Amino acid sequence: MSIAAKANALWEYANPRKFLATSERVLPFFWVTSAVCLVVGLIWGFFFTPDDYKQGSTVKIIYLHVPAALMAINCWLMMLATSLVWLVRRHHVSALAARAAAPIGIVMTLIALATGAIWGQPMWGTWWAWDPRLTSFLILFLFYLGYVALWEAIEDSDTAADLTSVLCLVGSVFALLSRYAVNFWNQGLHQGASVMRAAAVTGTDTEEKVSNIYFYPLLLCIVGFVLLFIALVFYRTGTEIRARRIKALLARERVSG
Amino acid sequence: MIALLLRDLKLAFRAGGGFGLGLAFFLIVTVLVPFSVGPQSSLLSTIAPGVLWLGALLACLLSLDRLLALDWEDGSLDLLATAPLPLESVVTIKALAHWLTTGLPLVLAAPFLGVLLNLPTPGFSWLVISLLLGTPAMSVIGTFGAALTVGLKRGGLLLSLLVLPLYVPTLIFGAEVARRGATGMETQTPLLMLAGITAATVALLPFASAAVLRINLR
Amino acid sequence: MIPDLGKYSDTVLSAYGASILLLIALVVFSILRGRKVRAEMEKVEQRMSRHG
Repeated sequence: MSIAAKANALWEYANPRKFLATSERVLPFFWVTSAVCLVVGLIWGFFFTPDDYKQGSTVKIIYLHVPAALMAINCWLMMLATSLVWLVRRHHVSALAARAAAPIGIVMTLIALATGAIWGQPMWGTWWAWDPRLTSFLILFLFYLGYVALWEAIEDSDTAADLTSVLCLVGSVFALLSRYAVNFWNQGLHQGASVMRAAAVTGTDTEEKVSNIYFYPLLLCIVGFVLLFIALVFYRTGTEIRARRIKALLARERVSG
Repeated sequence: MIALLLRDLKLAFRAGGGFGLGLAFFLIVTVLVPFSVGPQSSLLSTIAPGVLWLGALLACLLSLDRLLALDWEDGSLDLLATAPLPLESVVTIKALAHWLTTGLPLVLAAPFLGVLLNLPTPGFSWLVISLLLGTPAMSVIGTFGAALTVGLKRGGLLLSLLVLPLYVPTLIFGAEVARRGATGMETQTPLLMLAGITAATVALLPFASAAVLRINLR
Repeated sequence: MIPDLGKYSDTVLSAYGASILLLIALVVFSILRGRKVRAEMEKVEQRMSRHG
């Protein structure tokens, strides 16, 4: 290898190396703070908040449903951002971070769907209702699956990074489009006030204002989920970086015989 | 460009080109529906617009993997990429060929299948209009999916997983037009949305498809 | 200990149970895979440094 090529190869690892080093330092902080926030927030919300007038004790589900739903969306947005960075700047860590984040998004979406469906059962009388919000999350789940499946299917990691990044971009546009389509699709049914009163309780609907009693534990849970997401992304990206390094080393080994 | 289009059309019509498979699938699915939901004509009338849209969508999906795979295998895709024609035009022609050989026949067959499902009379024209507007989008979106999976063996299943969520907006608005038309309601809004989606995808998605093909041809 | 959840206790408990299970599974699997990959990388690096 020429000097220039060696330098390039070094640079390739320098960024991931720095990332790994930074990751080692900050991970403990994120693990601990996320655990604390989650435990305190959930205990506070579960044990120390009152039942809702209309929904009874099921209102306690918001402490899991809302943060999970928020993270499901934010995870995809993060993947979108890192995909763009990869396409423009070719930082491998960025592409690997997107790959690492996807399964987190899948779990968040699953939690949102499961809690949404379980919550809906006593409220609507069925295990599943094609409520616009739940339906949108179901579609998001499918987008996540496709993204992960594409990563798994492509051999060459740079090609996989490129293809999945384009998919993430195009998918984002269609996911947004689907959101509007689904809202249009289900507006015909009378939804009234029965739809996802989580929004009403947390104040994301403009009609009802948030009640402090629920707000602070919920905020703590949201913060906990965000911190957990960050911790997991750092950790999992580290794993991806190492996996990629193994692949590169093995390839080098094969070449040098 | 015309030459490429004619070539693709000829290939599709040749024996083994798969022409008619989509149509046959559309027919089969339509016939199977009454067996699964029961023969009451009132029920069939209600679900006919949606079922026909779904059948057309799935039939479109079927022929997608051969769209680019054949050219990939025999190396013609590499040649096309180096040809003076921009890759964006190539993928658009491919999508157009797909629409002419798969989408358009489905549109023409739909009214006949509508009879089988007791489609209400006002629904026929709206079904055809909505499919006419929606199938080009499905061809273009399908081409994007085909480009993503072109190098893969057994890419077919992955292709479906990638493409079907992308079809959701078109399906929602297209089926809505067909449904509203069948019950005599006003179809303006979904029709405009459907047309908008098709126009935007036809204009913009080929750029993404071409980029993806370039990546895969590297 | 558990507050009176009334008639919704099954609902709330299963929602909490499912979610917490999913979160724990995510963390556990992430860490297990991370450890495995890290160990293998160190193994390969050692092998390469010996032969290199």
